[in-house]
Amino acid sequence: MAKARARTTGLRLRLYIAGQAPNSVRAVANVRAICDEHFASGHELEIVDLFKHPERGLADSIIVTPTLLKLAPLPAQRVIGSLSDTTQLLMALSAK
Amino acid sequence: MKTRTPANVTKFATGIQGFDEITNGGLPRGRTTLVMGGAGCGKTVFALQSLVNAAHIAKEASVFVAFEESTQQIIANAATFGWDLPALVKKKLFFLDARLSPDVVKAGEFDLAGLLSLLQAKATELHAKRIVFDGIDVLLGLLDDPVAERREIYRLRDWLAQTGLTATITQKVGSNEADQRYSFLQFMVDCVVVLRHQVVEGSAFRNLRVMKYRGSDFAGDEFPVSVTAEGMQLTNRGPRELTYEVSDQRVSSGLPRLDHMLNGGYHRGSNVLISGAPGTAKSTLSGLFAAAACKRGDRTLYVSFDEGAAQIVRNLRSVNIQLAPHLKSGLLRMYSTRTRGPNVEDQFGALRDKVREHRPECLIIDPLSALSTKLSHLASADAAQQFLDFLKGEGITVVNTSLMEGLSTDEATATGISTIADTWIHLSYIVQDGERNRALTIVKSRGTGHSNQVRELTLSNDGVSLTDVFIAQGKVLMGVARWEWEQEETAAAKRTKVALELKRLQLQLAQAEAAARLQVVHTEMEARSAEIALLADATGTASRLLKTDRAVLRKMRHADAEILAGSRRVERPGTPITSGRGAS
Repeated sequence: MAKARARTTGLRLRLYIAGQAPNSVRAVANVRAICDEHFASGHELEIVDLFKHPERGLADSIIVTPTLLKLAPLPAQRVIGSLSDTTQLLMALSAK
Repeated sequence: MKTRTPANVTKFATGIQGFDEITNGGLPRGRTTLVMGGAGCGKTVFALQSLVNAAHIAKEASVFVAFEESTQQIIANAATFGWDLPALVKKKLFFLDARLSPDVVKAGEFDLAGLLSLLQAKATELHAKRIVFDGIDVLLGLLDDPVAERREIYRLRDWLAQTGLTATITQKVGSNEADQRYSFLQFMVDCVVVLRHQVVEGSAFRNLRVMKYRGSDFAGDEFPVSVTAEGMQLTNRGPRELTYEVSDQRVSSGLPRLDHMLNGGYHRGSNVLISGAPGTAKSTLSGLFAAAACKRGDRTLYVSFDEGAAQIVRNLRSVNIQLAPHLKSGLLRMYSTRTRGPNVEDQFGALRDKVREHRPECLIIDPLSALSTKLSHLASADAAQQFLDFLKGEGITVVNTSLMEGLSTDEATATGISTIADTWIHLSYIVQDGERNRALTIVKSRGTGHSNQVRELTLSNDGVSLTDVFIAQGKVLMGVARWEWEQEETAAAKRTKVALELKRLQLQLAQAEAAARLQVVHTEMEARSAEIALLADATGTASRLLKTDRAVLRKMRHADAEILAGSRRVERPGTPITSGRGAS
């Protein structure tokens, strides 16, 4: 899984996907694009495929895929969907 | 309800009494069942109970996915049932809290693929055979797009088919029949169970109906459902063969005179209905039966509505019926409850639980008609019948009382109790001469000869007794009128007795006179006989004298030849004269 690290903004994301499901594939592309565009200076993105690591989904109570967790900075946020709604996504990620 | 189940549909029992019967074995194994209904119908209980049963009976593990309630809530709600969920959760039952927090941000389309892979991993780990999706409507509501909804449901269906899990999906539907939003769910699954909650005249009823069951027969009627401490159960009113064990044994009613009227008492295992107006001593007769049962050593359960156990014990003590010792010994259990309960079915369900707990041989329900407003509704009359039926099956002798003003058969038939009652005793008031007295009649008694006479029931500090009533001038006499009548009767009897004695003496006298007269006649007869004999004697002597005289005369005439012969003859009179009486 691709991981991009940066410490300047401290943005930590975890994206849960379900293999090659269309929504999941779209979400991966969308989150990457957003991060590159708006948080290029520094972010951390972890992508977890539930097909491979289902137990991790349990730990984070994942119900639907894709689910994006904003772990830091607080407050934590949870975004579901293919992340094609950029406005909603940006609002969630910059929520303070 | 014939068993004509194709071999390819195997079933697993839900442990919900009645449901397994109407579906010939339970839910289809390896298939999906949809349970739909409004809020508070018991969908979650239905789904959960089948999993608990699987864990307890088949020792099989299950997964429960809760979209609407938290795991803690479900476990807390189920704590009223004796399922011991916390213990099961550790080993056999996995709960997944699948609620989406309300502050989740939705940014695009999503699906269930991740959830399903996660569930598959868990199911494999536990070797789970069953899965429940509780509140699928909540999840579908999130998708908020008919196309997406359908797509995810098909995803779910394919996943279930692939895993081979036996699934139950519950779905909340509005009471509005037009609420067909997720109707495609019904077409997708193999079995559809509809739960319904309705309020009739202020009383709540739950019903269950199997709407569809692919590849299996089922009873498609709506069945009343009750939820009690043991979980959900159906009071099955499907056609069932009546195969009770019947007993010839008699048990005492507690009132010797009544036993006598019934030719020996109630039949063991029979159902006795005591009906009557308020205050006609229905409870007293029930109490008598309870006390007699305990004295025999029968385990007894006394169920009362709207009257506390302590009060009943006190009231019965006033007519010398002692229940307290039996309560202390544990032979007698009393259970008092309010008429206004959550649900008639639940009330009978609770009674069933009490019966299973105490295992009584005799049961008193005082009064069964406490539920009368509810009994006016067909479904609850049904519930009552089902309950009495159940008791009969258990061989329990039941005495139930019913508040009834007149002896109106309409009233009794409406409740349907009269038909199931084997013995029906009616108590009434007869008001006359400014008095109100209690009368007891046996309306019917199956399989026992019984008196057709009305008896007066009297209560006193010493106890209860039955007395004959008198019928005079076409009126039944009771109370003081009866007492007066009795006094009068006694006096009349005395008068008659004296008169008879007098008559006897007179006749004796007449007889003596006749006998005396007879003696006189007899004596007279003898006198006459003597006279006759005397007369005859006299006649004989006279004729002999005549012959002698003739001979003397011949001699005087000198007739030679005749003299010789005559001399011989003369010698003859020498024979004794006494013998001459016979010749006379």
